[in-house]
Parts: sequence; C-alpha cells; structure tokens
Amino acid sequence: MSIQWSGLSHYYAGGGSPVVFPDFSLPTGRHLLLRGPSGSGKSTLLALMAGLLTPSAGRIQMAGTELSTLSARQRDAWRGAQLGFVPQRLHLSASLSVLDNLALPFISAGLPPQPERALALLQQLGLQGLGARLPHQLSVGQAQRVALARALMRQPALLLADEPSASLDDAHAQQVLHLLLEVAAAQGVSLILATHDGRLVQPLAGRADWSLLDLAAGRAGEVPA
Amino acid sequence: MSALIRLAWRYQWAQPLTAGLNLLLLSLGLAAISFVLLVSEQIEAGVRRDLAGIDLVVGAKGSPMQIMLSGVFHLDVPTGNIPLATLKTLRAQPLVARAVPLSLGDSLRGFRIVGTERSYLDLYGASLAHGQAWTGPMQAVLGAEVAQRTGLGLGASFAGSHGLGEQGDAHEGSGYIVTGILKPTGTVIDRLVLTDLASVWQVHEAHHGEAHEAHEAEDRDEAQREVTLILLSYRSPLAAISLPRWVNAQPGLQAAAPALETARLLRMVGAGTEVLRGFAWVLLLAAGLSVFVALLNAVRARQADLAMMRMLGAPPWRVAVLVGLEAAILAALACVIGLGLGHGLCEILGWVLAERQSLRLSGAWFSSWEWSLPLLAAALALLASAWPAWRAYRLDVSELLQAPR
Repeated sequence: MSIQWSGLSHYYAGGGSPVVFPDFSLPTGRHLLLRGPSGSGKSTLLALMAGLLTPSAGRIQMAGTELSTLSARQRDAWRGAQLGFVPQRLHLSASLSVLDNLALPFISAGLPPQPERALALLQQLGLQGLGARLPHQLSVGQAQRVALARALMRQPALLLADEPSASLDDAHAQQVLHLLLEVAAAQGVSLILATHDGRLVQPLAGRADWSLLDLAAGRAGEVPA
Repeated sequence: MSALIRLAWRYQWAQPLTAGLNLLLLSLGLAAISFVLLVSEQIEAGVRRDLAGIDLVVGAKGSPMQIMLSGVFHLDVPTGNIPLATLKTLRAQPLVARAVPLSLGDSLRGFRIVGTERSYLDLYGASLAHGQAWTGPMQAVLGAEVAQRTGLGLGASFAGSHGLGEQGDAHEGSGYIVTGILKPTGTVIDRLVLTDLASVWQVHEAHHGEAHEAHEAEDRDEAQREVTLILLSYRSPLAAISLPRWVNAQPGLQAAAPALETARLLRMVGAGTEVLRGFAWVLLLAAGLSVFVALLNAVRARQADLAMMRMLGAPPWRVAVLVGLEAAILAALACVIGLGLGHGLCEILGWVLAERQSLRLSGAWFSSWEWSLPLLAAALALLASAWPAWRAYRLDVSELLQAPR
C-alpha cells in the first residue's frame, strides 16, 4: 500500500502544542519502521493513518485515498478492510476463545465470521488445535501469534504493529520480528512497525524494502546500519 | 446480526454469577407481575361468571358478604335459614324475574350438596353430559369436577356428610343416587352436587330425629319449611333501588347485592394484589439497576475489547448495539423464565385451591396484558443499557495506541 502525507499536523483539544510530522511518502511494496520515544507522536501518527483521528492540518493519503475526505462510517469500513492492527498489549478478548477472537474482524464489520479462514491462519502460524482455548490458556508467544492472526483475518493491505517487542526478552523480540517479516512476505502486506526498541532496528538495517521515519529527529530515510 | 447476538451472548455469560443474579432478579420481577395479573384477572373473571345474572341474594339476617360468599361462590357458611314462604312472596313481586331457592347444609367429600330447582341449572347455562336431572327426592346431579374427583358415575349412590366441610358426620341411611352428570361450565356449579329441595329437607329431618313416613313429610305444612338462600334476578334495573330495601325491612331477612359485595371483596383482595404488584416493581427496579451497574462495569472492563472492535472496523453504533444486546438477551431470557414462572406458580396455586374446593385458577390462562411484559422487559433493558451503550459509543479508540500505564 502506498502511503503519503504532507503538511501533516495534529493538536489535541485541551491544549498543548500541535504534533507536526515531516512530509513522507512510502511507495507500494515497501515497509516502514516508525521510530521515536514516548511522546514523539508515534501513536498520533498511527491513529491518523488508521483514520481514527483527522489531521488538524495537511493531507494523508492511504493507497491513493485521502482519509479526510471519507465520512466517519467510510473510514471505519476502510480501516476494517485495509488495515490489520497488532496492538502493544495484544488486547485479545479474555472471555472469547481463540476462534471467537478471530471472528471479531468480521463481526465488527457486520460480516459473517469465516471459521475456515481462521483455522487456515492458525495452522499457518503454528497454532493448530488451539482454537477453543481462552487467551489466558496461551503462552506469550502463542498470544502474539493469535493477535497477528486476528490482524490478518480480513487480508489487509497494511499491517500495523505497535511496539510489538515491548516487555519481551531479546529472544522473543527477535522471534516476533521474524514472524512479522515472514507473514508480511507470505501475505503480501505492507508492514508499519512503530517502536522505540533499538533491538528491532538492527535486523532491518540496510534492507532495501524498509524505510525509516525517525520522529525524534524529524527525518526519513533508509534504516541505518 | 446473528453473529453480533452470539458475541453478546458470550460476553454476557463471561461473568456467569453476575449474569445469573441479574437474570434471577429480572425473572422474579416479571414472574411476580405476571402472577399478579393472572391471579387477579382469573379471580375477576371467575367472579363475573359465577354471578351469572344474580342480582340479589336473600338470606337470614347477617353479613351481606357472608350471604354472597355462601350463596354465589359457595365459599362461606350461610347466615342461617329463611322461611320457604319468602320464596313465594318474592316470586309474587313484579320486579323479580327469577327466584331460585338454595338449601345448604350437607356436603360430599367437601363438595357442597345444594337443594335447589332446575332453574339453577339455567342460571349457569349448565347442561347434562350424562343422564338426566333429578325427578324426585334423593336423586343427585353431579357437577363436572365433582364427578371427576369423586369418581362417582350414573347410578352410584352416596351419603352426604352433615356440614359443609369434609369432616362432618355421614347421614347414614340417607343415600343419594346419581342420575346425571353436568358438562363442565367453568363456574361454581362444576363443584356442586345438585338435588331437589325435598332431598335436603328429608335428610335433615332424619338427622334431627324427626323421621316420618314419606307421606307425612309430604303433608307437612310448607309454611314450616325453610330454605337457606334465594337467588334473585331483576326484571328491571329499578328493582336495584327498591327491592333490597324491601327485603331488609322484612323481619329475619337480609339482602346482599353480589355486584356491590364482590366489588368490596375485590377491593379487599386488591389491597393484597397491590402489595404484590408493588413488590414486583421493586424487584424489577432492583433488577434494572443491577443490570445497569453490571453493564457499566462490563463496558469499563472491556473498554479495550470494544476499542479493538472499533479498530477492526466496527462503527460506533455497532459497539453500542453490542452492549444493548447484552441487556436485551437478559431481558428476553427473563421474559421467558418470568412468564413460565408466573404461569407455573398460578398452576400450583390452582392445584392447592382445587384441593380445598375453593377458587379456580389455571396456569393455562393467558392475560391480554401479558403482551406488555416483553415490552416492559425491553424498556427496562433499553433503560439499563442506555448509558453504558452511550459510553461504548463514545469510546476513545486512540487509547488503544497509548503505551500501557
């Protein structure tokens, strides 16, 4: 998915200075490492890209669609269809089984659940046989994969992972990154990795299909070695 | 939508104790309202049926309520006897269309034996299912329920017991023969054993050691005979003004207007009904508050789940509907359980009362007001879920993107 914004800024009601983002363009087929410390505007930018916030100024285009021209309802529909999201705390519904959690993307959009798709994804991610389990019966790694499966259920064009390595040890952090890269390649989705975790930068260094947007520095470019 | 309902169901029962308690409260409230409706309507309908065009009951001096209860509903003991001559006097009144005498005093296994005339059958539109009406003394026609519960058939003989309860002494040697069985009418007559007036006189004269030869009894001066009550139907509404006053002016006579007395009775019963109804409303209010608190807590606890749904493409209204559906599921279940409980309790009460040959109540009765119970439950669900659903609607999804605090 191609992503492009210019003159983009946002300020929150209730005061504070606006968050200003450097102009940026991500061609189709490339992935983005969005880097910056807490408070640098990462979450705001993710919310703008997801159509959850409308920019105070500037334009943001996702796959050629200017989100600010869409109605709230259209933005909801667009987000459901085009965007897969893996939140930092996974947010698997504790009272629903793995399969029910995987039905949520369809139910949310008012579509009939597709258990076959869910089972196929579980198998693909090495989670076969775990469909009936509740989230608290999963290991951390299994829960990560279920959250990823949920994000992929509707075959999105863009996968957005927010701090995927937070609170994970080095080995698990690397596993998660590899899993994301594998899935992105296998499913043909663009990946946006929002992180302040330096451990995720090194493996991506020099990769031609990755761009870096450093919000603290206010610059875009290749992922440095 | 069905997937959303299934999701609401899963969320609802994710907290089984809370959901169970809310369901119990709601069901009990609805059951209480349903029960009160069913019982009060059936009592009123039963009373209307049993009144059957009886405008005035004349008995011995005493409480009009007691006269009405004993003469119309056969629930109380009569106030005494009145001279048979009164019947002739009343029939001679131009304002009286019909006068039916009743002689009480005996019973068969708790069912009252009523000495009367055949016009009593006409009063309730009763017709024979089997056999024929009495043609002479000591012949009896059984009400449908009496026949069913005693198992007596045509040609069977039985002896009545003295008194109106089940513990009276049997009138040995005074056997009745069953000549007919009535079709069910749904009125008090189903619970009566009917015979002619002469049978009751004959049995009681024998009981009091006044046995005479049959021809002597027949020769007895009718002026000395007595009946217990006389049921009157007016020829004109004007009779309601003058006739009771005339009756009450006669020595030893008391008039009871069933319409007035039943209104008084229903008012008395109504006080109890109001208490029950009030209790039911308190239960429902408590249930509504409980559902409200539970939903509000659920929305707080599941804020991330709901925000995730928004992130996955759910419009705000769908998230709000999900919360509303949880309340709706509870309300729908409570409606089914509450109505079932209300009817079940009514049926049980009906059994208990039937054992005592008292009022007829059935769990199979449906009130025309019962349709309002699902609406009431739906309104309660709507009220209880309105604020939590609004909170869900206004959920800040960008919270999902914030770092854990």
